[in-house]
Amino acid sequence: MSDTVKILASDVNVFYDTKQALHDINIDIMDRQVTAFIGPSGCGKSTFLRCFNRMNDVIPSCRVDGHIMMGDENINDQALDPVFLRARVGMVFQKPNPFPKSIFENVAYGPRIHGLVTNKSEAEDIVVDSLKRSGLWNEVHDRLHDPATGLSGGQQQRLCIARAIAVQPEVLLMDEPCSALDPIATSIIEELINDLKDRFTIIIVTHSMQQAARVSQKTAYFHLGHLIEYGETKDVFTRPADPQTEAYISGKIG
Amino acid sequence: MTAFFTSFTGSLLWLILISAGIYFLSLRRLSGQIQTSQSKPHSLAYYYGRYAVIWAFFPAIIVLIVWTSFTRPLENQFIIQSLSAAYPDLPSSFVDLKIAQIKNISSGLIAAEDDIMRGLADQYGYASDRLSMLRYVTVILVSLIGGMFAISRIKPHFKARVVFEGFLRRVFTFAAIVAILTTIGIIVSLTFEAFRFFTQYHPIDFFFGTHWSPNVALREGVENALDEDVGGSSGSFGMIPVMAGTLLIAFIAMLVAVPIGLFAAIYMAEFASRRVRNYVKPTLEVLAGIPTVVYGFFAALTIGPFIRNLGLFAGLDVSSQSALAAGAVMGIMIIPFISSLSDDVITAVPRSLRDGALGLGSTRGEMITKVVLPAAFPGLVGAFLLAISRAIGETMIVVMAAGVSAQLTANPLDSVTTVTVQIVMLLTGDTEFDSVKTLSAFALGITLFVVTLCLNIAALSMSRRIGGRYE
Amino acid sequence: MNNPTDMLTAQQRQDIIRHSLQKRHKTERRLRWAGLTAITIAISFLVILISNIFLNGYTALLQSELQVEMTIPKAELVDENGDLDAARIMTFNWNGLVKKAFRKKFPDVKGMMDKRSLGDLVSDNAGYELRLQIEKNPELMEQNLFWIKTSDDVDMYMKGRLDASLPEKMRRLDDKQIGWVDQLKEVSEIRKVFNTGFFTTADSREPESAGILGAVVGSAMALMVTIILALPLAVMAAIYLEYFARPGRVTDLIEVNINNLAAVPSIVFGLLGLSVFLGFFNMPRSAPLVGGMVLALMTLPTIIIATRASIRAVPTSIRDAALGVGASRMQAALDHVLPQAAPGILTGTIIGIAQALGETAPLIMIGMVAFVVDVPTSITDPATALPVQIFIWSDSAERAFYERSSLAIMVLLVFLISMNLLAVILRRRYEKTW
Repeated sequence: MSDTVKILASDVNVFYDTKQALHDINIDIMDRQVTAFIGPSGCGKSTFLRCFNRMNDVIPSCRVDGHIMMGDENINDQALDPVFLRARVGMVFQKPNPFPKSIFENVAYGPRIHGLVTNKSEAEDIVVDSLKRSGLWNEVHDRLHDPATGLSGGQQQRLCIARAIAVQPEVLLMDEPCSALDPIATSIIEELINDLKDRFTIIIVTHSMQQAARVSQKTAYFHLGHLIEYGETKDVFTRPADPQTEAYISGKIG
Repeated sequence: MTAFFTSFTGSLLWLILISAGIYFLSLRRLSGQIQTSQSKPHSLAYYYGRYAVIWAFFPAIIVLIVWTSFTRPLENQFIIQSLSAAYPDLPSSFVDLKIAQIKNISSGLIAAEDDIMRGLADQYGYASDRLSMLRYVTVILVSLIGGMFAISRIKPHFKARVVFEGFLRRVFTFAAIVAILTTIGIIVSLTFEAFRFFTQYHPIDFFFGTHWSPNVALREGVENALDEDVGGSSGSFGMIPVMAGTLLIAFIAMLVAVPIGLFAAIYMAEFASRRVRNYVKPTLEVLAGIPTVVYGFFAALTIGPFIRNLGLFAGLDVSSQSALAAGAVMGIMIIPFISSLSDDVITAVPRSLRDGALGLGSTRGEMITKVVLPAAFPGLVGAFLLAISRAIGETMIVVMAAGVSAQLTANPLDSVTTVTVQIVMLLTGDTEFDSVKTLSAFALGITLFVVTLCLNIAALSMSRRIGGRYE
Repeated sequence: MNNPTDMLTAQQRQDIIRHSLQKRHKTERRLRWAGLTAITIAISFLVILISNIFLNGYTALLQSELQVEMTIPKAELVDENGDLDAARIMTFNWNGLVKKAFRKKFPDVKGMMDKRSLGDLVSDNAGYELRLQIEKNPELMEQNLFWIKTSDDVDMYMKGRLDASLPEKMRRLDDKQIGWVDQLKEVSEIRKVFNTGFFTTADSREPESAGILGAVVGSAMALMVTIILALPLAVMAAIYLEYFARPGRVTDLIEVNINNLAAVPSIVFGLLGLSVFLGFFNMPRSAPLVGGMVLALMTLPTIIIATRASIRAVPTSIRDAALGVGASRMQAALDHVLPQAAPGILTGTIIGIAQALGETAPLIMIGMVAFVVDVPTSITDPATALPVQIFIWSDSAERAFYERSSLAIMVLLVFLISMNLLAVILRRRYEKTW
């Protein structure tokens, strides 16, 4: 665990057409820690997460203002190539979305497109390493060339994590990665997140407060597009400073 | 005037009148019954009327249609008999003409050329008047009996609505079964005629023969000797060159349509803004809505000569009915077909896959070529198969722009013929319905049907494959 | 750590990726450019096609006529009471009258050959058409000046479609004939007027007298039959499939059949019509009745599919509400759901009918390709259809038929475009969001 700031977002405002989705968000994400974004649905936590790898560019009506600094680069600078950014900021989505290819090809996809591997054996090394790191190796090592769509939901999601870390990003964004999974698969993924935080800065959006409490070091609570509270996870959950946070955590709103 | 009464239309009008009368009679009967028995009817009053109309109208209309469709052949049979009695040595090719003349004389459209014809026409007129009269009387009787029967059954506790709806339901079921009947009709009629062809011409020679020349006169001396063994004196019907021509033209069409259609679809699905989409999509649909005869016209009179002149310029000998011209224009026709099917298939690839690819740092191009297209692949193959099926079955473009003589060649600058061109050639003009030549068209037709059917089924199963894999 | 990329520092990795970017974006631009090119090509095909047909066809809107001075020998044509005598009119040599009167314009022309080629400037149908005019309006007999149609070759020359620079032997008009026409032009005794005949007559062997009315009426009759047969059948079948069919093998079979029939080549339907309707039931050849029946079978799947879609678009809550207040299933379907689905059904029908209007091949199969000079008056009369007429004309040798075929295509396209526009308007107007 380190105390350096990895990403510093200041005065971030997000609009869909004229509707404002996020208001003046200021936050600093710590290097190699797990930061959780929580809040009721529609509060803007996923939208904010997608600002970190410019996935909002895909939505034509969406406009993002403000500075999101990673090192000395502004993520939100239109001159910055999002392709380059996304190689450094990986993402795991709500629904497992393996490509309709083999398990091997799924994991090798990222390194290949970015030119990080030049031959088959380098690709093999990366695939094996990423699968091991994502805890999937033992389950799939004998069927690497089977279609990835044949895996179970939890396995598919871990494959997506393996696929993301194969590119060696600095930051890993996770958008409710367990919402489509059963409790056992969820707990496996939570353990995995815990292992991964030594190497990656992780930001996770979750609708489950217990999950946030279990996996994260820092928690940010969003409500109606505002960042209400941000702090050490244990503080946010035990002594919330804001009455809204308290209401959410105690189940009065949600 | 009586002629109109007893005609089909006249009988139909009478039927409608009678049905209307029955409707009101049944309502009166019902209200009378209600008053005498003092009980409430089971259904709304008009259901009793509708029930009676079913009985008054439908059996009678069925009698009318069936009678009409079966007596026409009988009438012709009658004329042919008296014709052959009057002209014992009339050539068979004149029979149809004479029949038409007799009918026209009897209806007063033309004057009889001689007394024999006048006599025949009078005979025919007398017989057909009698038949019409008989039909008219039968139909009216059936209608009245049906209506009266229905009225006699009307009582307040009679469940008119239930019976009426049961009837409707049966009619609806029949309507749905028409689709099956059509398919059966196609298969049975084509197979029947094709079978008659195969009793006169060996199927193996048809399916694997490499020489196609249905007109005996056109055959050349050398091949003549060979053909005598195979086709007797009636031309040779080896469909390989015809099929090869069909496939060559379809291949050229796909060569034009697949790249243009597919790239257009990719652009529309992945790059175009909504505004561009809103304009381009309907424009391409216009291309799809243009009748094939217009494409044929364009191919025969503009593109064909254009390619020929281009060839002359380049010192090449290009047929003015080259496979290239027909195929290229057919390709243009198929572009919107491929682009809209592919567009559907590409946009059906789930958003989550695109996000996944972009999230890993793919460019849009990489997302499309490495993730979206592979995911859409089965659907795209299905679309291409449908397009091939369409190209093979397309008629007007090739009838107008491709050749008529069958050649076994892969040179797109030569003139080739296709299955559909041959069908049209064999069945237009004055041909007897029973000749081997005519029947061979049906053998080609059933082959065409089977080939396109297989392609359609394959296409369907391909596009189903993509549906199963993702939500 | 055995991960090979671990051997690279983060900086090196970034450099590799940054380095690859330019090439990768270029590939992407190439794909986008390919797409744009494809669309441009497709649209330019459309533009070329339409403008080609327009440029070839618009001249057919005009027809050349020349002025002839003649006196009609009334005495030879009327009976004792001074009324027109039908038999005399029939036997009178109208063409002779017209040609003689026309030759008077060129008194210098002597010799058999020259006189004949002079006469060729006048339409061979001129006499026939003059007779028709006089039958309709006997008062014309008092007149002395008549405008009569030129032959198609003169018409082509007047419209600049006959290249006078070609060698004389390769032209349909020789130098003398062109000279005469030019003389007429100078004294304004030849003119181009709106080609009314094209829209008011049926086919003819002479291009200058050929019109599309017969074909349009034939098409209209066939489509009437198609609508009468296909629409009720399709609606009933759709209601059955959506409301009463139990899932099972029969229903599956019906569905597969409908989907497959929609993709069967149209010529196969023509073969069906030929062998069943003409061969088995001996129905009249070339008749719009049979054409309409074949087209009905062909468009049935299209309309069924459209009807099912619009029935399905009506929310089940409407059906449930009807059932809830005690309506039977049939009443719910017919009285409550069907009216809501009607605009969608109508749109689907229009699109199906537009498709049928453009169909040619099945009609050729059942003999609607015949040469018919009369406008059909009943659905059992021999007739042709608009697209078939285009086919027939474009098969003819005369250059003038080429022009007429193009104009007929324009008329066909106008019909199709207006039908599709109607469908779009209906869809926009009645589109409901539940």
